[in-house]
Amino acid sequence: MNLDELKKLKEKAQRHVALREGNKKYRVVVSMGTSGIAAGARDVMTTMLDEIEKRGIDDVEVTITGEIGLVDAEPVVRIEEANGEKTTYANVNSEGARQIVSQHLETGKKVETLAVGKVKEA
Amino acid sequence: MKRAHILVCTGTGCTSAGSLITRDALLAELGKVGLREEVDVVETGCMGRCDLGPVTLVHPDGTFYKNVKAADVPLLVEEHFVKGRRCEQLLPKDPQTKSVIATQADFTFFNRQLRIVRNNCGLIDPENIEEYIGRDGYGSLAKVLSQMKPVDVITEIKTSGIRGRGGAGFPTGMKWEIMAKVPDNPKYVVCNADEGDPGAFMNRSVLEGDPHSVMEGMAIGGYAMGSNRGFIYIRAEYGLAVKRLHIAIEQAYKYGLLGKNLFGSGFDFDLEVRIGAGAFVCGEETALMRSIEGRRGQPQPRPPFPAQRGLWGKPTTINNVETWATIPIIIQRGAAWYSAIGTEKTKGTKVFCLAGKINNTGVAELPFGTTLREMIFEVGGGIPNGKKFKAVQTGGPSGGVIPEAHLDATVEYESLQKLGSIMGSGGLVVMDEDSCMVDIARFFMDFCCDESCGKCPPCRVGTRQMLNILDRICEGEGSEEDLAKLGTLAAMVKDASLCGLGQTTPNPVLTTIRYFREEYLAHIRDKRCPARVCKGLLDFTIDNDKCVGCSVCARNCPTNTILKVKGQKKYYIIEDGCIQCGSCIDNCRFNAVLKTSDGPIHVAPPRPELEPVPGRKTTVTA
Repeated sequence: MNLDELKKLKEKAQRHVALREGNKKYRVVVSMGTSGIAAGARDVMTTMLDEIEKRGIDDVEVTITGEIGLVDAEPVVRIEEANGEKTTYANVNSEGARQIVSQHLETGKKVETLAVGKVKEA
Repeated sequence: MKRAHILVCTGTGCTSAGSLITRDALLAELGKVGLREEVDVVETGCMGRCDLGPVTLVHPDGTFYKNVKAADVPLLVEEHFVKGRRCEQLLPKDPQTKSVIATQADFTFFNRQLRIVRNNCGLIDPENIEEYIGRDGYGSLAKVLSQMKPVDVITEIKTSGIRGRGGAGFPTGMKWEIMAKVPDNPKYVVCNADEGDPGAFMNRSVLEGDPHSVMEGMAIGGYAMGSNRGFIYIRAEYGLAVKRLHIAIEQAYKYGLLGKNLFGSGFDFDLEVRIGAGAFVCGEETALMRSIEGRRGQPQPRPPFPAQRGLWGKPTTINNVETWATIPIIIQRGAAWYSAIGTEKTKGTKVFCLAGKINNTGVAELPFGTTLREMIFEVGGGIPNGKKFKAVQTGGPSGGVIPEAHLDATVEYESLQKLGSIMGSGGLVVMDEDSCMVDIARFFMDFCCDESCGKCPPCRVGTRQMLNILDRICEGEGSEEDLAKLGTLAAMVKDASLCGLGQTTPNPVLTTIRYFREEYLAHIRDKRCPARVCKGLLDFTIDNDKCVGCSVCARNCPTNTILKVKGQKKYYIIEDGCIQCGSCIDNCRFNAVLKTSDGPIHVAPPRPELEPVPGRKTTVTA
């Protein structure tokens, strides 16, 4: 093995173990209550996971939560940023999920068409 | 991409608590609910809380679950991964406040630690070299081989101030420098993984959890000192650590991180495992080397030191597991960073094993300079069941016992020595008011006497004689002269023994006499054991006020020595037949059986007035 090979291997492996290290810039929270699942939240989440991997985005963790109270807006995806900013997306489908990943998570530009509200933490 | 990783501890402690069964149950359950694609199950090394095993840690949220048995798995998967909320029943509780601890970061036991050596333990899969590489693994070896001269490496290690973690605390950089200057060839580097102290398992946890860090450290050491061959000497009892080392070495060869011409630098390094039969004395470096050579593990006089004449008469450097495992991090983060941690004389962190009467049993890494009180009452969570702290033994069977008055001493090589104890391997055995100090001294003397290799008479004969005296005192047959005799013998064994084993063996006796003389005198003069431990000095009595006459104790007494007054429900223990097994205490649901050391509370009526419980015959012939 030479130095370049080690570096490449490290970059590849780092993506895998990074999940355990915490302090990510983005935290994606998919609402996975009964209504969310019925509306297709699981598809949305797996699509996002695939898309994040495909694009090689490191600074993201994906997690689920229960019902958040926006039943008619499901599937709901919330993006929490390290600086405290939160963005909620409603009626997300697979296409929307890909859009959120490619825009919001990759370039930092919010998907205005899907966002229902932006809450700044006090 | 996975959304979550469940880290399942598969260290020896958790494995014996059934963590492999838990792992299989997790895989099966995740498959059942269709989450295998989203959630990964990873086997890791020891997380440090062996008493809560099997433990699991879920990332990215950092939730720490305890005692996860296979039967708990469906609930855990349902709650945490399907519904997305924590499974309250499986969360640990704070021993003092009794409140639930949600994440590892909220757990005092974990957040008080500074993890350098154990940085990867419990976080990566030790059987997968890529996970180690993903955590900067082998980056330090690459850096050393591509950018540093051997002398620079030694300067870096010297500047870091790291001292040998095997117990004596000799500066590692100096040891390496001496070795590097010896012109002879070939040279060897050795890792001492013959951890033998009762209650010490820090080396095992590092080798089980992060074997590559030790191997990388050895390769760096080999380069710095001009050695191309290393040995890891490990005891056969550490089956899992041996297995993981073999896997790690095989993987390192496959990836070209061991063997010929590493990173194209022309430096070769070969590494192999040598398994010891588990003799305590083989942790002593000269005995260890003989054992590697295939000879009987007995120590040799020093000088010549191993750096002059070591393995097969060639220069050899021996360092402890923890020392080797620290080397890559010092290279990676720099000597200045490392030397800022710890105290003026002792730099860095040390892995301690908390054992005995303590709430948080396990492995904890703390910077030098932490006080014993912080270790026991903050990290360790204090003494269970509201008992009172009595003493702590540091450094294994060769260490001394430290009483409460010195709890604010900082833990460093010198400060512990001043108190009559040693740092040793870093084991801390905590004792509460129910521990008898004479019995403790006897226990450790028994251990050392058994483990004495027999080569030199002071150790072979001296420990036996001291054990005989301690046995006598524990049985209530000691005299005050015995104390003086113990002192003389201890001094002799200390001065005249050939190796560290004999030289440190008297420490538990000397410190218990120094700090708990009264307790010795109680055994000798009053024939009492204040902690109610020493069998020959106890009385078992049934408290007739509390006894309801249920007869359970009498029915379970193995020697049939619990009799009742004829025609009444009053029970008595007949002293002559009692073997003090404690079965009556264990079986009584009314706390009516008392263990005292001041004479029996009630005296049994004469035998003709007593009879056995119906259905049992008495075997007592009194």
